[in-house]
Amino acid sequence: MVFESLAEKLQGAFKNLKGKGKLTEKDVKDAMREVKLALLEADVNFKVVKDFIKSVTDRAVGEEVLQSLTPAQQVIKIVNEELTALMGTTQSKLKYASQPPTIIMMAGLQGAGKTTTCGKLGQLLKKDGKKPLLVACDVYRPAAIKQLQVVGEKLDIPVFEMGDQVSPVEIAKKALEHAAYYTYDVVIVDTAGRLHIDEKLMQELIDVKAAIDPTEILLVLDAMTGQDAVNVAEHFNEQLEVNGVILTKLDGDTRGGAALSVKAVTGKPIKYACVGEKLTDIEAFYPDRMASRILGMGDMLSLIEKA
Amino acid sequence: EKTRKGITDKIDDLFTRYGEIDDDLFEELEEILITADVGMQTTMKLIDMLKEELRIRKIKEVSAVKDVFKDVVEKLLVENGHTTFEVGNEPTIIMVIGVNGVGKTTSIGKIANLLKAQGKSVLIAAGDTFRAAAIDQLKVWGDRVGVSVIHQSEGSDPAAVIFDAVQSAKAKNADVLICDTAGRLHNKVNLMNELSKVFRVIDREYPEAKKEVLLVLDATTGQNAVQQAKVFNEAAEISGIVLTKLDGTAKGGVVLAISSELQIPVKLIGVGEGVDDLQQFNPHDFAEALMGTRNA
Ligand SMILES: Nc1nc2c(ncn2[C@@H]2O[C@H](COP(=O)(O)OP(=O)(O)OP(=O)(O)O)[C@@H](O)[C@H]2O)c(=O)[nH]1
Ligand SMILES: Nc1nc2c(ncn2[C@@H]2O[C@H](COP(=O)(O)OP(=O)(O)OP(=O)(O)O)[C@@H](O)[C@H]2O)c(=O)[nH]1
Ligand SMILES: [Mg+2]
Ligand SMILES: [Mg+2]
Repeated sequence: MVFESLAEKLQGAFKNLKGKGKLTEKDVKDAMREVKLALLEADVNFKVVKDFIKSVTDRAVGEEVLQSLTPAQQVIKIVNEELTALMGTTQSKLKYASQPPTIIMMAGLQGAGKTTTCGKLGQLLKKDGKKPLLVACDVYRPAAIKQLQVVGEKLDIPVFEMGDQVSPVEIAKKALEHAAYYTYDVVIVDTAGRLHIDEKLMQELIDVKAAIDPTEILLVLDAMTGQDAVNVAEHFNEQLEVNGVILTKLDGDTRGGAALSVKAVTGKPIKYACVGEKLTDIEAFYPDRMASRILGMGDMLSLIEKA
Repeated sequence: EKTRKGITDKIDDLFTRYGEIDDDLFEELEEILITADVGMQTTMKLIDMLKEELRIRKIKEVSAVKDVFKDVVEKLLVENGHTTFEVGNEPTIIMVIGVNGVGKTTSIGKIANLLKAQGKSVLIAAGDTFRAAAIDQLKVWGDRVGVSVIHQSEGSDPAAVIFDAVQSAKAKNADVLICDTAGRLHNKVNLMNELSKVFRVIDREYPEAKKEVLLVLDATTGQNAVQQAKVFNEAAEISGIVLTKLDGTAKGGVVLAISSELQIPVKLIGVGEGVDDLQQFNPHDFAEALMGTRNA
């Protein structure tokens, strides 16, 4: 839908340009306004948009207007290529520890989807022949432990918990001993949601990290997040050095510009996409598809080819 | 800390510097609003309103712009029907709806507490029968604030739970019944239909009750919140918004777009996870915070 309008607007901006030789700065400028609007509508961070527009403009100006493409489509092609490059071109897999157990720690804002995603990852790994253990380190949210237990039960994956009167650091340490004794080869640690500016709770995560030395720290991020996504990701990354991001709630109709923002500012790969509430609703993340989604372009390449 | 301070400094700098009101100033203001998730369209509208207001009031100094802008934001909200959250003397049913994880269940705990403190008798219905341990979570809140929770088991029909709760509210002469619902993305047609069914049960079983439909929005959400409000509003007329998680760094500016496009008022804000972290929405304070001058 947005693509329709973006494409139309670009077409309008480039009317009568076909076969005209090279694109001038003025030709490109009007078109870039439309691209900028589309990206902001998609919640891509303001600063990221600015930088992006600059690099696309630099590339498009002076470009030959190819015979096979209209100028509008040519610009779309450049925009898409640059977006995909920003998103990262390769898929990024989960890292396993050389010596089991692999320890995965989840972190993120309240309600992002951490607990659910613990279950989803457990499910994936179990299907892969691993023996996962879920660890309940959220001692704050009402019934958080119960929630993880229900998830574990559905998947037939055991949950290690010590109630809500013990510190998360203590629970995480004991969970590792438990995992060693019962030879679990993957330990997935659920943590309470917290604000990136909550110093006390961020310190708690730093302490948990120090106590268990996770193989992977994954930031769980809601795909509907707006401009603040970069703030959140930067803070979590600065304090914890996360290994990657899991994007949730992509089954909605958000364009998901947060994905681009977070990748651009932290450089950390998005490792999985979550697409529903069911415990099997987790997929590999495809950067190129995300680029098309952000611009609202469905199957963009086929559109370009039609031209 | 660093980022937040950076933004605040910049804004103070923006409005206290000497010189004329020029395009640069408006451009910087535009940047602040976009960064607060106000969205391009509403940002342009606000800036046009500001320019008009500056012209009418014949204002020339940069230092006065900030106060005028606050008035403009407040005006936009008030013109589009700002009201506070209030429960009158007639029996009331409050439906709490929204997408996943925004803070519905937590807000219900806080609202129940608020109404109890006003001397109302309150009941809560555990209408989320889907999410793992959603019922247990609500029961903890019920205990915390001393309110009974009507519930069935996980997996049962939400419409049946609400039916039971309505009968119970009538039998006990409860002043207020607050209904939790499962988080659902607005683009899931079957889940939205399920919600409509719950609304029909309430209309049929308790037509004389006053209805309050609260949409919970997470302040961290970007432009998708407009779509959420639009689609939920089609399923049931939303009477107010609860804007949660304003204790973070996100400003929730998208509610300005919602106010301007859909005339749905924000009634309450969530500012933390504790039982008292709920406040009436105040347009003036919101405008202030939007520009980073409060709690920044
Ligand atoms: N539609 C959809 N819902 C999701 C997805 N992932 C999680 N959810 C839902 O989002 C809500 C919050 O998920 P949780 O797993 O409880 O989130 P959390 O980060 O553990 O929350 P806290 O522990 O309170 O910080 C629940 O209703 C989940 O069912 C997803 O990919 N799609
Ligand atoms: N910081 C902060 N956290 C909040 C606020 N309101 C709710 N939360 C947290 O957000 C998370 C999700 O809250 P819930 O009340 O479970 O959200 P929900 O909408 O009922 O979620 P689902 O039922 O899974 O759709 C929990 O960790 C809450 O403690 C708020 O105003 N500020
Ligand atoms: Mg959780
Ligand atoms: Mg809930």
